[in-house]
Amino acid sequence: MMIDFETPKPIAKQNEMLKLAADYRMRPVSRYFDEHEHEIPWDFINFMQTVQQMSGGGGGLTPSEPKRDADGKERPRIGYQMLASMLEMLSYGDVGLFLCTPGGGLGSAAIEAAGTPEQKDKFLARFKGEKPAFGAMAITEAGAGSDNSAIRTTAVLDKETNEWILNGEKIFVTCGQKSLEEGDGLVVVWATIDPKAGRAGIRSFVVEAGTPGAKVTKLEDKMGIRASDTASIVLQDCRVPFDHILGSPEIEEKTTAGFKGAMATFDATRPLIGASAVGVARATLELLKEQLAQRGIAIRYGLPRQKMTNIEREIIDMEMMLRSAWLLVIKAVWMADNRKSNAKEASMSKVRGGDVVTKITQRAVELMGPVGYSKELLLEKWFRDAKISDIYEGTGQINRLIVARNILGYRGADLR
Amino acid sequence: MYSFEPNEEQTMLIDTVARYASTNLRPASHDADEEGELPVSLIKKGWELGVLQASTPEAYGGFGEHSAVTGVLAAEEMAYGDLAGSISVMTPGLFAIPVLLMGSEEQKKTHLPNIIGGDWVPYSAAFIEPDFDFDPNELRTTASLDGDQYVITGEKTFVPFAKDATYLIVYASLDGKTQGFIVQNGIQGMQVGARNQALGVNALPLYPCKFENVRIPAANRLGGEGGHAFEPLLASMWLSNAALALGVSKAALEYAINYAKEREVFGMKVAQKQAIAFMMAEMATEIEAIRVLTWEAAWMLDNGKEDAYKEAYLAFTGAADMAMMVTDRAVQILGGHGYIRDHPVEKWMREGRGFATFTGLSIV
Repeated sequence: MMIDFETPKPIAKQNEMLKLAADYRMRPVSRYFDEHEHEIPWDFINFMQTVQQMSGGGGGLTPSEPKRDADGKERPRIGYQMLASMLEMLSYGDVGLFLCTPGGGLGSAAIEAAGTPEQKDKFLARFKGEKPAFGAMAITEAGAGSDNSAIRTTAVLDKETNEWILNGEKIFVTCGQKSLEEGDGLVVVWATIDPKAGRAGIRSFVVEAGTPGAKVTKLEDKMGIRASDTASIVLQDCRVPFDHILGSPEIEEKTTAGFKGAMATFDATRPLIGASAVGVARATLELLKEQLAQRGIAIRYGLPRQKMTNIEREIIDMEMMLRSAWLLVIKAVWMADNRKSNAKEASMSKVRGGDVVTKITQRAVELMGPVGYSKELLLEKWFRDAKISDIYEGTGQINRLIVARNILGYRGADLR
Repeated sequence: MYSFEPNEEQTMLIDTVARYASTNLRPASHDADEEGELPVSLIKKGWELGVLQASTPEAYGGFGEHSAVTGVLAAEEMAYGDLAGSISVMTPGLFAIPVLLMGSEEQKKTHLPNIIGGDWVPYSAAFIEPDFDFDPNELRTTASLDGDQYVITGEKTFVPFAKDATYLIVYASLDGKTQGFIVQNGIQGMQVGARNQALGVNALPLYPCKFENVRIPAANRLGGEGGHAFEPLLASMWLSNAALALGVSKAALEYAINYAKEREVFGMKVAQKQAIAFMMAEMATEIEAIRVLTWEAAWMLDNGKEDAYKEAYLAFTGAADMAMMVTDRAVQILGGHGYIRDHPVEKWMREGRGFATFTGLSIV
């Protein structure tokens, strides 16, 4: 091995293709779907379905297996790097629309992380079919966010029918409506099999679209990412077959292994949200520089700070933040591809990505004055879209906590 | 193909440098800063690790090829021990690396074996000028051609080991372009002033230099008659600076972590307070972000990528801010103890502010 920053060829090829999708399928409808919240962007969805069918992907957040050379030798694993690059480019197009990309999403990521081979066969095939299908993850409740040991949704085993009975209300389910009501999708629901057991009782359950007792009750009105649905889901005596539990069904088993399995999903997906943040930030900085160039403002590199204009210092600072954030993402997913433990790097990339995209979009709107604040440009939209990157998949603060525990060698009990 | 793993030779070199930094440089760091001097034997020991030698081809007395990536890896490890010591060890490179990268064949053959082949010898470079708005691309020191000689006039400052250096590269503006000129120390018209006193790097001997109509043979222009490209050299100076900033920041963060894990407050360790823990998480994230940026820029430079200059500049500006942020917080985390010179963090903080100004003190 040696230190290398050459973009792998398959990623360069993928970038070329997805840039077209970003420019011609996303940007032209960005404003429309921002202004028509709750309208499903079917043209985009069907287009992406075709793209994915062609490339053989399932639209999940789990990487494809490495390809083999003609002589059967496994090529280097770059699955997570491919995914991060995809998310970056599609979010550069439009992050709200990107979240509507058909496929398993976080739902299949959870099944990949904690499911048995049988469960993977049973649940994941639908995402490779001809029709668009969606997957979602339902964790958050009114009283439980990042502290998911506070989950109150219950799963009780009905021994007579050998079914789990789910009861509770989930909120902030990204893509919840499309997963449950549009096509043959699924939602992975987190619930407790023993409310007294705390974390040890937390399991996740696959609830397929059309299951009686699972219902979308509300679609949130949001600051940004309006093209993407954020649903409340009520589970009322919702029955799922016994084998829909991910992880061990043993109530007696008071370990947190099941919980940790579910949490492992996040080590893999956090850098991907970092990548998405970088995509929005790149779009913003690119547009900002274009706008400045149109007004005759060129950025000079290599000056001492005493000679720079304020705008130059701002832009150069943003470029520094953006590039370093992207490289942190790449490092985190490179580690995942190479099976190196990356909890610290994954959280760092999420912290940096969230920070950078909020700062860049905020500064861009400020620097463009009334033009930036108006809806003529997409800058004000990206300002709104950006903020979610510092919130979902663990807020910036939760991720700082994870980084801190890692560098201090502390466990959860040492640093709360 | 992306990879963040140094190769085997680099790993071996890093290990050797890291050992020297922690067992030799660090223990000497405090007293050297107080006394304004590092033992020469210590500098010589650092030189013998062979960082520059490994970056110089056999034809000129070394045993490898130049690599900015290897350079930044080694510089970070060394600066973890002590900054003034690192710059001292690297000072001959200020002369040798520009000659290696940009010099004419004759210049390489004349100078490199003398530097590379033996003990540490102070060859240096005069780059920084004593103006608040010093700009590497618009120097006030000028060079002009007069017959078969260049005439150099101007003032420099912060020239490492200027008093003892055998030869220096003096950077000057030639028709508006920055060019290097090989100047023998003590030549007529050149004056080395009294040692600079500064906010930090007290153990590094820095001097102001004056050049009044200094005449050198035209053949002493770096690169010979046609001169040389300056951008790659400036990029290499930025990256060296960034790497040293990483080393100092890494040291400061580690020290703050160890302190915070020991120090009791209100019945718990201070590190267990989120207010402190979050500060450290941000310091660590910042360091990691600037490290990968510096690596990429160095890789771009080694591979002749178009944007290497720009990326190196980003790494440099980011590193200057990072070092200030990290070292300031390290002092803050130690509280009153951070302000006391028994602990090294106040020294690192004084150095931390310097990286914005240190471009030209070292090169990789």
